[in-house]
Amino acid sequence: MKDFAGLYAELDATTSSNAKLAAMQAYFAQAAPQDAAWAVYFLSGGRPRQLVPVRILRELAVEVSGLTPWLFEESYQAVGDLAETISLVLPENPHTSEAGLAQWIEDKLLPLRGETPDYLSRQLPLLWAQLDRPSLMLCIKLITGSFRVGVSKLLVTRALASMAGLDSKRVAQRLVGYTDLSNRPDAASYLKLIAPESSDEHAQRGGQPYPFFLAHALAQPVEQFEALLGPASHWQVEWKWDGIRAQVVKRDGRLWVWSRGEELVTERFPELDSLVHGLPDGTVIDGEIVVWKTARPSTEDAFDPQSSAPPAVQPFALLQQRIGRKTLDKKILEEVPVVVLAYDLLEWQGEDWRNQPQARRRTQLEQVIARCNNPVLLPSPVLTGEDWFDLARQREASRRLGVEGMMLKARDALYGVGRTKDMGVWWKWKVDPFSVDAVLIYAQRGHGRRASLYSDYTFAVWDGPPESSQRALVPFAKAYSGLTDAEMREVDSIVRKTTVEKFGPVSSVKPSLVFELGFEGIALSRRHKSGIAVRFPRMLRWRQDKTVDEADSLATLQDLLA
Amino acid sequence: MDLVIARPEGLYCPAGDFYIDPWRPVERSVITHAHGDHARTGNGHYLASSASEGILRARLGQDINLQTLPYGQRLTHQGVTLSFHPAGHVLGSAQIRLEYGGEVWVASGDYKIEPDGTCAPFEPVRCHTFITESTFGLPIYRWQPQAQVFAEINQWWQANIALGKASVLFCYSFGKAQRILHGIDETLGPILSHGAVEPLNRVYRDAGVYLPPTLYAGDVKKNDPLLRQALIIAPPSAGGSSWMRRFGDYSDSFASGWMRLRGTRRRRGVDRGFVLSDHADWPGLLWAIEQTGAERVMVTHGSIGVLVRHLRERGLDAQGFNTEYGDDEEDNTTAEPAIAEVQP
Ligand SMILES: [Zn+2]
Ligand SMILES: [Zn+2]
Repeated sequence: MKDFAGLYAELDATTSSNAKLAAMQAYFAQAAPQDAAWAVYFLSGGRPRQLVPVRILRELAVEVSGLTPWLFEESYQAVGDLAETISLVLPENPHTSEAGLAQWIEDKLLPLRGETPDYLSRQLPLLWAQLDRPSLMLCIKLITGSFRVGVSKLLVTRALASMAGLDSKRVAQRLVGYTDLSNRPDAASYLKLIAPESSDEHAQRGGQPYPFFLAHALAQPVEQFEALLGPASHWQVEWKWDGIRAQVVKRDGRLWVWSRGEELVTERFPELDSLVHGLPDGTVIDGEIVVWKTARPSTEDAFDPQSSAPPAVQPFALLQQRIGRKTLDKKILEEVPVVVLAYDLLEWQGEDWRNQPQARRRTQLEQVIARCNNPVLLPSPVLTGEDWFDLARQREASRRLGVEGMMLKARDALYGVGRTKDMGVWWKWKVDPFSVDAVLIYAQRGHGRRASLYSDYTFAVWDGPPESSQRALVPFAKAYSGLTDAEMREVDSIVRKTTVEKFGPVSSVKPSLVFELGFEGIALSRRHKSGIAVRFPRMLRWRQDKTVDEADSLATLQDLLA
Repeated sequence: MDLVIARPEGLYCPAGDFYIDPWRPVERSVITHAHGDHARTGNGHYLASSASEGILRARLGQDINLQTLPYGQRLTHQGVTLSFHPAGHVLGSAQIRLEYGGEVWVASGDYKIEPDGTCAPFEPVRCHTFITESTFGLPIYRWQPQAQVFAEINQWWQANIALGKASVLFCYSFGKAQRILHGIDETLGPILSHGAVEPLNRVYRDAGVYLPPTLYAGDVKKNDPLLRQALIIAPPSAGGSSWMRRFGDYSDSFASGWMRLRGTRRRRGVDRGFVLSDHADWPGLLWAIEQTGAERVMVTHGSIGVLVRHLRERGLDAQGFNTEYGDDEEDNTTAEPAIAEVQP
């Protein structure tokens, strides 16, 4: 436990990938296999369900710390993370537990699930008292299922691969499904991850999917596309769906559906069961599960940018509601039906097709879908444009169509692993990938045509949650585009009426106006008071429906950093 | 009658007609310590502890109208008996004890409980009313013994030497910087100071505080192999500036009480955060308040609301004073313009 807490602290303390890699390698080199098994599980995103209700944890923390409930609450507000708060207010103890990570998880923590409050309030303080502060925080994060640390699965894969002297694609392949809830990590499963390569390993068995190939964000202005990417004709362009990325695996007469989190979700989508008949054995399809309302027969019609008909793809929130259900009754299946929008073919006739060029995989995919002839399996349409500018124009329909933008895939590229870039790149060209609701606090008169208007604004977000009484607005971005002239005149007149102080051309105003601000990128910055710098900020819309108190906080921006 | 009240100019003693740490220029000021948010320019007359004279003149100007008093020695002004008592915060920092008509008030300024060897340690002073700061007034703030923190800094520095990297440690240039210099293991490698830190080192050395030899960072050439073993002490404002370029491959860290929280550590964006503060932690604040025996407590800058409520629940008569003091644990450059950089 202490070693893993040490690793967590190291990973948490640095932003450098090399340092993270080195820390993981050092950890795995000395960890017992059963502990390493759980470490891999947590580092690559595995999360057992919550073991103890949060309410009980809070009550117990208040009791053991001897604080009044309000003082605990104030502390929590200041820290923002429950596990960390508890670890900071409980009495500090020397670390006395010799037990490793596996023993902690299997013998001490997992058995807590479903226990009575009485038992928990006797048992938890005994466990806590054995741990030093870093281990205690980690322990509570594991209990609440909120363990997160800034390492990608790719990085975990690289750490294991370099330690075991394996190709990291091989390790990635073995890791697929490792964090699925049905899998319980143990020494044997860890040793399998790092075992020398066997001769029959390339042959796929059972329902194993392939590691997903993940896209990178493209934030450059369209004017640079030609120089960056070459002509648009070299690219396969599709809509970027807001659904659940999934692989449909058909082998040995059975069908498996895997989500991008490498969770087996077959049972969540019973309407896909029928694909078991239409798809031949040895077929793996990559695509997106979306909620689909079929007013229209084909995807081409539904996504014709010229079409004014309502789109057939439904908001992600609907899909989320459906996933949240414990049981799927007939009514839900009728009201929230899903389809797979297929965009790639990873295996065909039992052969790994990932090393085939994108265009070839696409052609074959279309044939597979046509032969399958099942309305729950539709091709994600390929978009064509004369050039990048033409595509940019089509992309403007994204919001109306309920998609997030476009995907760009080089026609000759192979299908990579995770976020690799060496086999070709998938770009996600999103519309306004980031947005927050911010408060206008300074206004400046513009230049040229806008010289008489207050047209350049400084926006701020809150530095604390709504409950905190002493929170203040922190400026984080300037923007001057995005409003219509009429809106700008209206804002101008409000600025004149609410000016508090003037500094030359700049006025500070009484905070009253909220805008949705979009931007293309976000990074840490020491030069900004907010600690954050955003790229290409612009106003998306004036949120006249929101009060200043409802604007976002710095925490929202910090979350986007991940 | 209250011996001290809050006025727009600062904390004011009506009986003696003077201000304590005023934030606007006044005729008579009594200064707890030389941090920029407590000691400002423009006052007609300054009264401060003898130990703070060097630093006050260095920051506010050699020619300020300054009168000093050794710790513990009393002075009576318009019937108010006034004395300074060590606050353990930075060199020369003092609590101000006021006595008038049998009433005793103590204004703490900023204070720290753990002795650090660079200034006279905090001494509790009995009083009826205690004016306390509350910078770290939440139970999440509890400090480790400083020896442990220095051990962590030494380890980090050593690990960087092993990797051939410079070690840049950001901290407040007055007080924290000298405390770190005094506490670290000087045998590990050469120590460099930023131009904002070096003049303050000189003041500490003149006051008889031992600091290891330091080189002025501006004297060391870019790519000098010495840098790969060096510890560089710099103010937070130097981070991200072009000044950093000379260090090539470096690891950076930040020393402050705020580093206790993971979120602030991550937001700071440095490789390491060391939890080291020149203010009292939560148990320290409560201990200090208890030691004074005061029944009335006025709470200034920090977590005023929290500390007031907590003290009231413990049966004390507590209330908040709104002040314009800043946060000397942060990169508060606006409050800190007062000392010139050494010219290379
Ligand atoms: Zn101070
Ligand atoms: Zn202060």
